[in-house]
Amino acid sequence: MLHTVNKSPYQSDALTTCFGLAQPGSAVLLIEDGIYGAMNNTKFSTAIVIAQQCCTIYVLEPDLQARGFDSDCIMNAIQTIDYDGFVSLAETYSVVQAW
Amino acid sequence: MYVNRSAPHGTIYAHEGLEVVLVGAAFDQEVSMAFVGDGVFQLKQAQDTSGIGTKNFAGAYRALADYDVTRLYVETESLEERGLTVGDLMPLTYEDDEDDDQEKSSITLIDRASLGQLFEAQDVILNF
Amino acid sequence: MSFDVNGRSYETDEEGYLADLSEWSSDVAGHMAELDDCDLTDSHWEVINFLREYYEEYQIAPAVRVLTKAIGKRLGKEKGNSKYLYELFPYGPAKQACKYAGLPKPTGCV
Repeated sequence: MLHTVNKSPYQSDALTTCFGLAQPGSAVLLIEDGIYGAMNNTKFSTAIVIAQQCCTIYVLEPDLQARGFDSDCIMNAIQTIDYDGFVSLAETYSVVQAW
Repeated sequence: MYVNRSAPHGTIYAHEGLEVVLVGAAFDQEVSMAFVGDGVFQLKQAQDTSGIGTKNFAGAYRALADYDVTRLYVETESLEERGLTVGDLMPLTYEDDEDDDQEKSSITLIDRASLGQLFEAQDVILNF
Repeated sequence: MSFDVNGRSYETDEEGYLADLSEWSSDVAGHMAELDDCDLTDSHWEVINFLREYYEEYQIAPAVRVLTKAIGKRLGKEKGNSKYLYELFPYGPAKQACKYAGLPKPTGCV
């Protein structure tokens, strides 16, 4: 399943709830204000590391750039993708859970 | 005082709030701004919205000095919690006409306890 | 609302401000001024071009007080005052000049 999270983890429990429910092999794509969950050195860093053991985490690059960040600002092993990559993920995982 | 607590771009609050500040300042009100929580993300430098097709209103923060809005308080704890430092924010300056037009920073870092006290000193507080 | 310049149609809001900033051209500005019986001189263009640059950099159309101050800084004190700007743009320097420059109505204008 592909999970998309579009809310700031500081404003909403969408990210942590998503991590709690995502099954092994899932993809989690952070978009819009959800990208703030991907940053280095935050209180969500540990949750990201744990989630990465069973899921692949992606972040949408145009949303990073809009907010003044680049791939150097986000945690290792989180992959940045563009809109085409988003479409590919949606094709790969037939079910999408939009948090 | 206008209190900015929302991240930019994901919702309309940050942009609308900034417009309200500029309108208020155009009417000669004495205006200050506080950036707390996700609001600190509004001042992140190098925002480029060309990829998401929305207006990049980050440039308008640099016009605040033209509107005599020169007191921007950024809460230190909010920055730290988000892995940011003041160096990650866009440099915002004004020329102090009471001090020989010296260029000064509009951004003041303030800790949570002091910001709470500053709120107490305000006549009106509007949240965005 | 809309008007035609050189065979092309341009959308405006109900007060005549251009709907799409990117459609602006100097011919469009000239046409808008004509509708107001205003002949655009070099002095007018100086302000219009200044406003377009200001918008490009700051993404806002400045209020009249801000415009006056900024013009004074850029073009000199003799131009950075209300008298000079109101003589050029009698309907209000920010409002009228922003319109010809293709910008939205200034922030803080009623």
